[in-house]
Amino acid sequence: MYRILAREDLTPEIHLFRVEAPGVARKAQAGQFVIVRSDERGERIPLTIADWDVKEGSVTVVFMEVGATTRKLNRVNAGGGILDFVGPLGRPTEVEKFGTVACVAGGFAIATIVPIARAMREAGNRVVSIMGFRTRDLVFWEDRLSSVSDELIVTTDDGSYKRKGLVTEPLKELLESTEIDRVIAIGPTVMMKFSSLTTKPFGVKTIVSLNPIMVDGTGMCGCCRVSVGKETKFVCVDGPDFDGHEVDWDLLMSRQRAYLEEEKEASGLWESGCSGGKNHA
Amino acid sequence: MPKKVDLNRVPIPKQEPAARKKNFSEVALGYGEEEAIEEANRCLQCPKPTCKDGCPVNVDIPEFIEAVRDRNMVEAVRILKNKNSLPGICGRVCPQEMQCEERCALAKKGAPIAIGRLERYVADWERAHPEIAAKQEADCVAGGRKVAVVGSGPAGLTCAADLAKMGHELTIFEALHVAGGVLMYGIPEFRLPKQIVQGEVDYVRSLGVEIKLDHVIGKIATVDELLESGYDAVFLAPGAGAPMFLNIPGENLNNIYSANEFLTRTNLMKAYLFPQWDTPVKRGRRVAVFGGGNVAMDASRCALRLGAEEVNVIYRRSKVEMPARLEERENAEEEGIVFRLLTNPKSFMGDEQGRVRAVECYEMELGEPDDSGRRRPIQKPGTEHFIDVDTAIVALGTRPNPIIPSTTEGLELTRWGTVRADEATGRTSRDRIWCGGDMATGAATVISAMGAGKRAAADIDAYLREEC
Repeated sequence: MYRILAREDLTPEIHLFRVEAPGVARKAQAGQFVIVRSDERGERIPLTIADWDVKEGSVTVVFMEVGATTRKLNRVNAGGGILDFVGPLGRPTEVEKFGTVACVAGGFAIATIVPIARAMREAGNRVVSIMGFRTRDLVFWEDRLSSVSDELIVTTDDGSYKRKGLVTEPLKELLESTEIDRVIAIGPTVMMKFSSLTTKPFGVKTIVSLNPIMVDGTGMCGCCRVSVGKETKFVCVDGPDFDGHEVDWDLLMSRQRAYLEEEKEASGLWESGCSGGKNHA
Repeated sequence: MPKKVDLNRVPIPKQEPAARKKNFSEVALGYGEEEAIEEANRCLQCPKPTCKDGCPVNVDIPEFIEAVRDRNMVEAVRILKNKNSLPGICGRVCPQEMQCEERCALAKKGAPIAIGRLERYVADWERAHPEIAAKQEADCVAGGRKVAVVGSGPAGLTCAADLAKMGHELTIFEALHVAGGVLMYGIPEFRLPKQIVQGEVDYVRSLGVEIKLDHVIGKIATVDELLESGYDAVFLAPGAGAPMFLNIPGENLNNIYSANEFLTRTNLMKAYLFPQWDTPVKRGRRVAVFGGGNVAMDASRCALRLGAEEVNVIYRRSKVEMPARLEERENAEEEGIVFRLLTNPKSFMGDEQGRVRAVECYEMELGEPDDSGRRRPIQKPGTEHFIDVDTAIVALGTRPNPIIPSTTEGLELTRWGTVRADEATGRTSRDRIWCGGDMATGAATVISAMGAGKRAAADIDAYLREEC
């Protein structure tokens, strides 16, 4: 059992857990992920590492409630625990002195990009960050991302806070006005796809962090396979970072929808209150 | 007076095919006491038994069978567990027909002693009698050395149990959330109940072995970090992690699984109990399984139990070349699995939602023998045809997982990517690192992995004693 040292509700649907996992904390690097399982009957799901503290022996993860499993996870309170917490998995994000790095994040992936932006800055890069949200109420960690960026642009789809529009617009302007040496784009798949399409004409290498369905997370099952540069790759061991210009986005999105029917069934069960999750403290 | 030879092998009761194809309960039900004794009575108790030579872990076969015959079950358990820490597992999944039973003096007459069934009977008897079972006291010598074992599958469990019995302090690092490796994620419940596996894992724990779950070695700690942190030796037995695919168009469509994924979802994550358990698996109506090994048999029989109307096993050679055990093939056929032999897939077709809807195949014929000694299948021109499927499972075997080799400097690999290890000892190119099981040999059997674990344990013990 891995103890939840603290939890925070960043928005009504986005939650943060600081988990006691000293072994994982010791080895964690920006861009890696963990596999968690909330309880005996739970699914194994990947969550990106948002932060870690070697001294405290803790690892911070942020997740959004999207289905039965993440809703179940949300019922665990500080002081409680989750059954499994495996990591750090995947390859860390490639960090070196590129020059100017644009860090683009959408929605709850802000949590993922903060340690990457921090590492990029520590490596001597100038970091320009762009964070986008649907609406004002969902904005979180503006101060955190700001503290590890030389410049920060915030957008909301509906214009309720700061700049109206999608992250791809300021990204395009940035590429037109400044010399950008590398782009890191992390967020919903569609956002990563369009960020990659935006940067492609400029020929700027764009790294994305893919989030397919996984089971073991150690290269054993091949559930997370994607096509990158026409080659099949396993996101869990070959990624999660890939060159966004090479990713077959439509295949990824199709594979992410593989269990929509089952997800509905599980959610229905959850709502009727007879899920295994009720055993939880 | 010479004993009269009895050639009537006592059959093992099984669930009827019509019933069992709808449930995940164990197919073979096991001997009762009288059946076990009747079978044990057939053993000739050869003065120079050859059966033992066929056992990768050298179980004292005639001795334990004699104890069964004499109804001395406590003694039978003691003899069996002296050499084999996982008898309940071996009795169920060992290919005895190619090992001990093949060497039985009665094999020539077509009626070898059912050694596997007797082994299973003894192991199950012990489980049913925890109060009087022979408690094997670990022969603990103080001042043992510290050994790390990577992986808690058959090789890792066996090596750890043997070294613990020799008095060493053992820690197993397991990547998944339960111990057992392929015994838990791969082999289905109806062939090897998970309770049996956990019972034998508990026995290994009772010898003083600590099992750390959720530890992916190469990630949370490298092999070198284990050696630096105070372990005197490391035995690598992480299994053959990475699934092979067909490399044909359409293979990444939805509802096309590696056997590893399909079996992991079904067995380890208990997807057959979805939605009471959270992990789903597609319950296909028309399923194609590619491959001809035991894993293909397991996958096809799982698909059937998940509710499939038709399950096709598609194999590019003929029945003779199929690597699956005869018993498993017969079980599958009895349950209604269809074998499409000398057939090979060319590409997968999908629907508008990205789900597989058909597979295009062509027919094969057999040519000259290839490197494996089996006749090489050759494509027959103009034989393309479509098979409608809504789920496909690729059971072509595995290649080694890259995590440990890529994080352990100086660990020599073979040209297949497996770790180069001495067959007799498990020693690798690196000092203080041993390797066994699928990681060293490529995909093989549970018992061959156990044999490797046992040989490595003996060598590690000898090395550690020399050292101090």
